[in-house]
Amino acid sequence: MSDMTRRQFLAITGSGLAGSSLALLGFSPGPALAEVREFKLSRATETRNTCPYCSVSCGLLMYSLGDKSKNATASIFHIEGDPDHPVNRGTLCPKGAALIDFIHSPSRLTHPEYRASGSDRWQRISWDEALERVARLMKQDRDANFIAKNAEGLTVNRWLTTGMLAASASSNEAGYITHKVIRSLGVLAFDNQARV
Amino acid sequence: MTNHWVDIKNADLVLIMGGNAAEAHPCGFKWVTEAKAHNKARLIVVDPRFNRSASVADVYAPIRAGTDIAFLGAVINYLLTNDKIQRDYVTHYTDASFIVKEEFAFQDGLYSGYDADNRRYDKSSWDYEFGDDGFARVDPTLAHPRCVLNLMKQHYSRYTPEMVERVCGTPQQKFQQICEMIASTATPTRAMTIMYALGWTQHSIGSQMIRCGAMVQLLLGNIGVSGGGMNALRGHSNIQGLTDLGLLSNTLTGYITLPHDREQDYEKYVAVRAFKPLRPNQVSYWQHFSKFFVSLQKAWWGDAATAGNRWAYDYLPKIDKLYDMLQVFDLMEQGKINGYLAQGFNPLAAAPNKAKMTAALSNLKFLVIMDPLVTETSEFWRNYGVHHDVDSSKIQTEVIRLPVTCFAEEDGTLVNSGRWLQWHWKGGEPPGEARTDIEIMAELFNRLRKLYQTEGGAFPDPILNLSWPYIRPNSPTPEELAKEYSGRALTDLVDPKNPNNVVRKRDEQLAGFGELRDDGSTASGCWIFCGAWGPTGNLMARRDNSDPTGIGQTLNWAWSWPANRRVLYNRASCDLDGKPFNPERPLIRWNGKQWVGADIPDFRIDDDPAAGVGPFIMNQEGVARLFARTNMAEGPFPEHYEPFESPLGYNPLSRNEPRAVSNPAARIFKADREALGNVAQFPHVATTYRLTEHFHYWTKHVRLNAITQPEQFVEIGAALADELGIAAGDRVRVSSNRGHIEAVAVVTKRIRALNIDGKTVHTVGIPIHWGFTGLARPGYLANTLTPFVGDANSQTPEFKAFLVKVEKVADASPASGQKS
Repeated sequence: MSDMTRRQFLAITGSGLAGSSLALLGFSPGPALAEVREFKLSRATETRNTCPYCSVSCGLLMYSLGDKSKNATASIFHIEGDPDHPVNRGTLCPKGAALIDFIHSPSRLTHPEYRASGSDRWQRISWDEALERVARLMKQDRDANFIAKNAEGLTVNRWLTTGMLAASASSNEAGYITHKVIRSLGVLAFDNQARV
Repeated sequence: MTNHWVDIKNADLVLIMGGNAAEAHPCGFKWVTEAKAHNKARLIVVDPRFNRSASVADVYAPIRAGTDIAFLGAVINYLLTNDKIQRDYVTHYTDASFIVKEEFAFQDGLYSGYDADNRRYDKSSWDYEFGDDGFARVDPTLAHPRCVLNLMKQHYSRYTPEMVERVCGTPQQKFQQICEMIASTATPTRAMTIMYALGWTQHSIGSQMIRCGAMVQLLLGNIGVSGGGMNALRGHSNIQGLTDLGLLSNTLTGYITLPHDREQDYEKYVAVRAFKPLRPNQVSYWQHFSKFFVSLQKAWWGDAATAGNRWAYDYLPKIDKLYDMLQVFDLMEQGKINGYLAQGFNPLAAAPNKAKMTAALSNLKFLVIMDPLVTETSEFWRNYGVHHDVDSSKIQTEVIRLPVTCFAEEDGTLVNSGRWLQWHWKGGEPPGEARTDIEIMAELFNRLRKLYQTEGGAFPDPILNLSWPYIRPNSPTPEELAKEYSGRALTDLVDPKNPNNVVRKRDEQLAGFGELRDDGSTASGCWIFCGAWGPTGNLMARRDNSDPTGIGQTLNWAWSWPANRRVLYNRASCDLDGKPFNPERPLIRWNGKQWVGADIPDFRIDDDPAAGVGPFIMNQEGVARLFARTNMAEGPFPEHYEPFESPLGYNPLSRNEPRAVSNPAARIFKADREALGNVAQFPHVATTYRLTEHFHYWTKHVRLNAITQPEQFVEIGAALADELGIAAGDRVRVSSNRGHIEAVAVVTKRIRALNIDGKTVHTVGIPIHWGFTGLARPGYLANTLTPFVGDANSQTPEFKAFLVKVEKVADASPASGQKS
């Protein structure tokens, strides 16, 4: 079987798509596959997600290569509307239809960076350096400016000199823990995109 | 949304005003198309531009940006004058019959109690009259001259079709036609839905525009019914969720407000929030406030929150004033803020007045960015030529930028506009070293806690005692966090009527907020989400799309707050006897023993209609409020005020009262008032908007979208283009008193000149999507132009109506204005 031509292979299997299934079963006509690229979708992992843009929150089907086993890095190569989703019924708008280019945008940040006072450039730093620096800066500011009591002696326990804007597309779970952490520090200068 | 996306298909009439769903929410707009195709619905669009929604509308009416209350107030006048209201609904389900205090007054654009020096009201007269029994006085005959309905009639009598034409520029005939269409839904068997978005929120009177729309819907009996409702089309995938979770300066989770300085006493803090009924037999569900609050404190501080320390009440910061985004950036500009964290938010582009924002960020000691993309904010210190001309060496801010995963690389839930919490799953690995927001916040917290443990510091108690039960402390799982905000029993919970009956075992997830207690035996991080992860598991991950009644109620798809209910106030879809007003599309009904139907009843399940319990169970009145009492900053009834930059300079509805030109209760800082422009220098009305090919400032980083809409443009009407000698494709300069942008002119018939009080007013459309980072051609951030003033209630900036001047740029070479 190893020197089967493409025509013979199609005649036996009935179709190219079925052929890729046969290949998965160990039936591997090398030259035939070299001749016709199989559909990537046939060996992709399908994952359900929702669109991160507007609040219609269209259902998505994401297709990735790599089966999510420990040593296989999954990479998404195709996204389409989820036909089972009651709201979008498989449709996507020009933004949702281009989501694959958001995931793989050249503007994606890939490592922590630091810009020193007065500098005109970034320098790469480690996560350890980055988070230690942020924690130190926050603690210094909180310890210096925390207001336990106001001018009238009332207990107020607030920290006004550092603030935060929370995301608009992060998950509820991320939002919940962000709120829990920030409020435990006494921060009031805290908003999210809903304010705009 | 009071309703949800699919329910729009049940509408008989759709009013899109203050939004452009076809462009900005295309896959949700499909349900408008569905209603038109299969429910014989008609579509009305009212907008300054003949936009993409208008292009498929049955009726389009132009309106001057910022004058929606003048329009809607006149709709109210039409409905009341012509008796086109759903009378049973208005009489029994709204406060139309409630009698208002005699001291309440309105004259020349101002309500009683105005304090001009402080730009605020003493609201004590804005309330009902109360009887000796403590209940509000009512007149069910609606004859009392000071009942809410009659005060409304009087208030809106000034809002005539002639006034609409003068203020809004909408032709009277067109207005009349729209009124007739809207009035057709006053019958119990017809419903109108109102769809709005930032076109209503981004005004200095935005909250009152929305309120005015809701009042129209109440008069027509269109709230709580299938195909009706007030439907906010939210702009981002999870601003609904982050708002529900209380990530705002003055709130905790589930719309619980933080204590004010004067609320030192925990019992009083609870008492003023546990609203008592204002009429006999009403539910007034906020009476259970202490159960929500104590359960939150237990979720956050666990064993450290005890009855003895008033449930860790002092661990919470107290507020002395609102620290909303505008207030904070103003303080930042004054050098009073040292550190700032921006998580998935690009404030340099998203907040008004870019020059002020740049100055503010430059005054920070440190800025922390967490984002998947290269935002303008993260590079505010870098020179980008004409689009962002700064001197890096003069900016001392230390910036730390952290790479974050995007939606496809993490599990979790978002809340859509219809309040559905939908679980999503990770499909790929993030690039490089990117981490989730959860991991970043967790590790940052653990590092801070360790510093406080080893070094001590200012009031460490709430940090040291924060409950952190996660198996891997630096990487809590979304599942752990979802179970925590949903809630669980901390001890075995017994039935109060039968102590031998354990209704929930210790550590079992709770089924809903009805199980919450205020004795420390339950924990729930967000009471309105309680039950999302219930005793039977993660209901947000459900994917059964069956719709057994055919009206779009997929109750087993994901989970909706509150209590998996899909249409809020659905008790109001039935008459006093519990029979559906519209038998064709019943949401719920009373079957003689209990409430049943296609939705989760928004009512106690076994409350007999004969008991006279009102359908608006969250309100103290039991009914909906046409009269806002003291809940709004600028008055109990919406009143038209001009945008802070007005092409008239006066308010045609109160011509002789200079204090009532623009919102008298809106906060505006002195320097920002001085930065306002006037019509002599800046004669054109500008409004910002969005394009279907782009999402805010994100998709200029996305190749396909950068190709489909590559270059910044502004849209000007043919009449203005003629006047200024501008041809399509010319480069134009658009300036306000705060700065300028340059862009390609799109000359269009979609924007027409309006005749406003005898004067020609041109509108300029400014799409917002360009900036100095990304793959699209570099452009100017549109907020270079916008004024730093917000709505008096929400502090949402006025991006939708301000003044500009348009000029043709002499040097029209396409390279001008681009980064070299």
